[in-house]
Amino acid sequence: MDCEYRQGTLFVRPRGELDIGVTDVFRKALEENLAKNSVNHLVFNLSQVSFIDSSGLGVILGRYKRLQQQGGRVSLVGVQPQVRRILVLSGLLTVMPEYASEEEAAARAG
Amino acid sequence: MDNQAKLEFKSLPANVAFARVTVAAFASQLDFTLNDIEEIKVAVSEAVANAIIHGYDNQPDGIVTIVMTISNGTLELVVGDRGKGIANVKKALEPSSSTDPERMGLGFVFMQSFMDSLHVESAPGKGTTVTMSKSVGSSGKKEQLEH
Repeated sequence: MDCEYRQGTLFVRPRGELDIGVTDVFRKALEENLAKNSVNHLVFNLSQVSFIDSSGLGVILGRYKRLQQQGGRVSLVGVQPQVRRILVLSGLLTVMPEYASEEEAAARAG
Repeated sequence: MDNQAKLEFKSLPANVAFARVTVAAFASQLDFTLNDIEEIKVAVSEAVANAIIHGYDNQPDGIVTIVMTISNGTLELVVGDRGKGIANVKKALEPSSSTDPERMGLGFVFMQSFMDSLHVESAPGKGTTVTMSKSVGSSGKKEQLEH
């Protein structure tokens, strides 16, 4: 997983399939990056994610709750159709804004 | 043509991907749409993840079985574990019933939404069996049986 920190925004670019086979590694990498940077905006770029289930959603939701408590926000970018259906059904798209690109997400951070 | 196959594997998280890909390959013998196959993959992931996380408490020595049957244009999946079981199946089927704050209690919601039927049998100490089915061209038809 690729992470990039820029001016208060952490861009996270997971790849492949987000299920319980990878959630521990995914969560740990996120926590490490959130601990060492002052993050007020977390952007999940899901353009390389081909599959997600409730375990993968749980990691995203967990970080959302953490950021929200700290007054930060979480955005989504590049959601693929098969992943979008899961996000819609779970209600995640109603609490997290979705943008067409990382640049747009960063520009709208406010 | 009717067909049947059985998978048996250890309760390791790495096997969730193996299970859904294998079931998807088996399901492809029917004329499912790509969308249907994606839905089946999610339902299998949720059922197997539940068996590993809840049935076996993340212990790797449990055995998860999946019996896959194709009959009359319908795929039936029976996902079983011999783990600790569920005391209150009806409550477990409710959204947001998860005991883990990071899990969303969505596993059964996805299974119910993406398959035509879902039936859960469980008793404490006796494991859990999740039976779900999906027919070709059945989108929209939903049935939920609890027990």
